[in-house]
Amino acid sequence: MDENKVFEYTRYTQDIEAMKAAHQVLAEYAFTPSLPQKGYNNRSLHIDLGTLKFTEKKIDEAMKQTFTGGRGFGLKYLWDAIKPGTKWNDPENDIIISPGPICGITQYPGAGKSLVVTLSPITNIPIDSNVGGYFGPLLKFSGFDALEIQGKAKEDVIIVLDGVKGKVTIETAPQESLDSHIAAEQFTHQYAADEADLRNVSVVSSGAAAAHSLIGCLNFSYYDVRRKVTRLKQAGRGGIGTVFRDKKIKALVVHGPQVKGDMNHPADLGRIQRAGVKLHREMHDFDDKMCGMRKVGTTNIVGVMNSYDLLPVMNFQYGSHADAPKIDKTTWIKQFTQGIPDGCWYGCSMACAHGVDEFALRTGPYKGHKVVVDGPEYETAAGCGSNCGIFDPLWVIECNFYCDTYGIDTISFGTITGFIMECWQRGILNAERTGGLDMSWGKGESQLELMHQMARGEGFGLIAGQGVQRMKRIFADKGWGDFAFLTDIGLEGKGLEQSEYMSKESLAQQGGYYLTNKGPQHDEAWVIFMDMVNNQIPTFEDKAEALYYFPMFRTWFGLNGLCKLPWNDIEPGDNRTKNAPMDAAKVPEHVQNYVDLFSGVTGREITKEEIIKMSERVYQFQRVFDLRMGKGVRKYDQPPYRAMGPVTKEEYESRQERYDKQLKDWMNIDPSTKSTEEKIALHRKYREDRYQKLVEAVYKRRGWTADGVPTLETLKRNGIDFPEVVEVVAKHQ
Amino acid sequence: MKYLKTSPAKCQGVRACEKTCSQTFFKTGDPSKSAIQVKEVGGKFEINVCNQCGECIPICPVKALSRNKLGVVMLDKKLCVGCLMCVGYCPTLSMRTHPDLREPFKCVACGACVKDCPEKALEIAER
Repeated sequence: MDENKVFEYTRYTQDIEAMKAAHQVLAEYAFTPSLPQKGYNNRSLHIDLGTLKFTEKKIDEAMKQTFTGGRGFGLKYLWDAIKPGTKWNDPENDIIISPGPICGITQYPGAGKSLVVTLSPITNIPIDSNVGGYFGPLLKFSGFDALEIQGKAKEDVIIVLDGVKGKVTIETAPQESLDSHIAAEQFTHQYAADEADLRNVSVVSSGAAAAHSLIGCLNFSYYDVRRKVTRLKQAGRGGIGTVFRDKKIKALVVHGPQVKGDMNHPADLGRIQRAGVKLHREMHDFDDKMCGMRKVGTTNIVGVMNSYDLLPVMNFQYGSHADAPKIDKTTWIKQFTQGIPDGCWYGCSMACAHGVDEFALRTGPYKGHKVVVDGPEYETAAGCGSNCGIFDPLWVIECNFYCDTYGIDTISFGTITGFIMECWQRGILNAERTGGLDMSWGKGESQLELMHQMARGEGFGLIAGQGVQRMKRIFADKGWGDFAFLTDIGLEGKGLEQSEYMSKESLAQQGGYYLTNKGPQHDEAWVIFMDMVNNQIPTFEDKAEALYYFPMFRTWFGLNGLCKLPWNDIEPGDNRTKNAPMDAAKVPEHVQNYVDLFSGVTGREITKEEIIKMSERVYQFQRVFDLRMGKGVRKYDQPPYRAMGPVTKEEYESRQERYDKQLKDWMNIDPSTKSTEEKIALHRKYREDRYQKLVEAVYKRRGWTADGVPTLETLKRNGIDFPEVVEVVAKHQ
Repeated sequence: MKYLKTSPAKCQGVRACEKTCSQTFFKTGDPSKSAIQVKEVGGKFEINVCNQCGECIPICPVKALSRNKLGVVMLDKKLCVGCLMCVGYCPTLSMRTHPDLREPFKCVACGACVKDCPEKALEIAER
C-alpha cells in the first residue's frame, strides 16, 4: 500500500461537539491514575449503574495466585456478584472486562486482549469472550486490572474513564448512534484531545440489534493511524452485548495515556524483548509459507477446511462445496487492503485484523455509505457464507459489517441462519411463517433483511435472535416441525450456537465442542486435524489427554490477556523436525516464550507445567460455576446428532463410501445388506455409544464424577476448595 | 539518499566505530549499544549497519518511522511504542534493541564513526 494513500469513507463526526454538549453528567468519580507494576495495578473499579456508585476494590496476592487475571478475575467477580437463581437480565448481573497481567506489552504478538465475562442470556451460565482492540490495555494503563459494571441505568448512558485526568463519569449521550461503526468514531473523536491522541481512546459499544436478540456482541475499538478510521474487534460469543444494552449502556469510553513499551513496568524487559523479536522474525521468515496470516488472516483455512471436507456447508450437512473457492483466501487477498500492519494491538506482527476498505453498502440504513469492514474472519466466511449456501463474497462482507455495527455475533448468526435455511428446505418454515422472507439456501439478501429486522426489533428477525435452542421449541410448539428432528439439526450446546467446524468425523472434536464450559466454541480445543486427519490420538485415553491438555493450555491465554493465534498459527521453522508429532502440536518453543513473558512481566518464575496448573484452577472453578447456575452436569454436555454423524439420507449419501467402509471396519456389518435408513441407525447407535465412552474418559482425566462434577479431591488439588465452592459440588458427589 | 557505505574488505576489526556510535548516542562505550556492529566470520570481518532501505517503514504500527529530507530512515521516539516489529522485519538485521532501552535504535548516517575508522572502511555516501 502507498503510505500516503487517503481512504475515502463516509464520516460521522460532523456534529460531535454539539452532541457532546448535549451530554448530562449523572455521576462523577475521581481516582488516582496509576501504571501497573509487574503487570498489575492491584485494584479494580466497580460501577453500579442503578445507584450511580463507584467502588475501588483491592486485588490481593491470593486473588492473583488463584485467578491470575483476565477471565479468572472475571469469573471470580461474577461469582461474587450473582446468586444461583440470578437471571441474565437481573440488575445484579455483572459485566466484567479484565485484561490480564501480560496484556499491554507491545513486544510480543497478540498481547492486547481483554476478557469479558457475564451471565449469558443465551446459556444462563457464565460466558467468557476474548477480544482485541485497545480498551483493555488503556484501562490497565489508567490504573485498573478490571472494570465491573452492575445494575441498570434508567436511561441510555455512557461511562467515560479518563486515565489521564483520573476521572470517571456516567453521562447521558442522547444523540450519538447506537450502531458501533458510528458510535466508536463519534466517541473517539469527542474524547481525544487532538489527532495524535485519537489512538489513546477506545470505545466499547454494541448496536441496535443487541437489545432485540439474545446474541448481542460487544465491539472494542482502536484507531487505525493509516486508514484514519476507528476499527472494531468483537467480544462475540454468548450475548454479552445483549446484557450491555439491557443495562442501557450505549458505550464505554476509555482515554488513556500515550502508550510506551514499558508501561507494565515488567520485571525483566529484556526477556520480553528477546521473545518478541524472535517471534517477529519467525513471522518475517515463515508466515508466507505457513498460514499467510499477514495477507489473509484466519480466512486462510476456508480452502483447507473445504479440501478436507470439514467446512460447514448448509447447516453442517456437508463439508465441502464446489463454490467454496469464491469465499476462500484467493478472494480475500484481493478484498483486504494489503501491506498495512493490521494488528489489533501494538506489536502484533501476525497482523490478522484485516479490513475491506471503502466498501459500498447495498442494503439497510447505511445503504450507499462507504465503510471499512473489519473482517471477514474464517468463522464469518464459513458461518454466514458456506453454512448458509452463500458463496458471493459481497454478501458475506455486507453481513459481516451489519453484524458488527448492529452488535450481533457473526458465529451465532451464521449458525442460526443455516438452521433457518434448512428448516425452509424441509418445509418446516415457509413464506407465511417467516413473514415473507425467502430463506432458501444462498439468499444473501434475505439473510441481510433478517438482520435488519433484528435491528428494528420486528418480524421473523425477533424469532431468529432468540437463537437455535429457543427456535427449536418455538417451531415445534407451533406444530411446524418435529422437536426431535429439530434437535438433531440444531447446532447448539448449552444454548450456545456451535462455531464453524464440522465435527462429524472427529470424535475428539465432538468432545472439543461439547465438553466445554461455555458451550461449543473452538477456543477450548481444536483437535480435528490431530484426530481425524493425522490420527495421532486413536484411543479414548489419547483423546481424553488432548481434551485435558489443550483446554487447560488455551485457558491460559484468557487469564493473561493474550491471543491464541501467535501460539500455533506460526511455528518455529524446525518445530516439526525437532519434535515428535504430538509434542510439535504443542509448539514447545512458543510455550517457553509464554513462560518468559509471564515471568518477565510479573517476576514470578513459572514453568510450562505451572501454566497448566494456573489454567486448571480457573477451568475447574468455571465448571463448578456452571453447576451452581443449574448446568455443569453430563446431560448438558451432549451434542446434537448433526455434530456427530449423518442425520439425513442426503448426508449419508454424500459420504456413502466413507460411511459404508466404517460399517465394515468398525461394526463388521456388510453395508450391501442394509438400506440407507438402517445404515444411518447403525451409525447413530455406534457413534452415540462412542461419544459416551469419550465422555467417561474425559471426565476421569479431568477429575470429575461420572456425572461431570469436579470431585472434592480435584478442588483440593487445585486449591479452590473454598467453602462456597465445596458447597456447590458436595451434594453432587 | 544518504547512507553509511561500508567496505568490509578494509575492516581490521578495530571496532572504533562501535565505541564511537554508542558514545555518541548513549554516552557509553558499550558496543552492544552501537548501531553499527562488526563481526568476525572465518578470519574476515563483516560490518552490519542499516542501509536505509526503508522496508521497516510500512511495518511500524504507529508511523514512527519515516525518511527525512536526506532519505535517512528516522525513528520518532515520541511516537514509538517499542514493539520491535521493525527489528524482526529488518532484512539485514540492522535495527537494534537493548534491554536497557525501551525503543529500538538504528544508524542515522550521522558519520561520527567515519572519521574514527583507522582503515577508512566507512564513508557517508549517496545512493
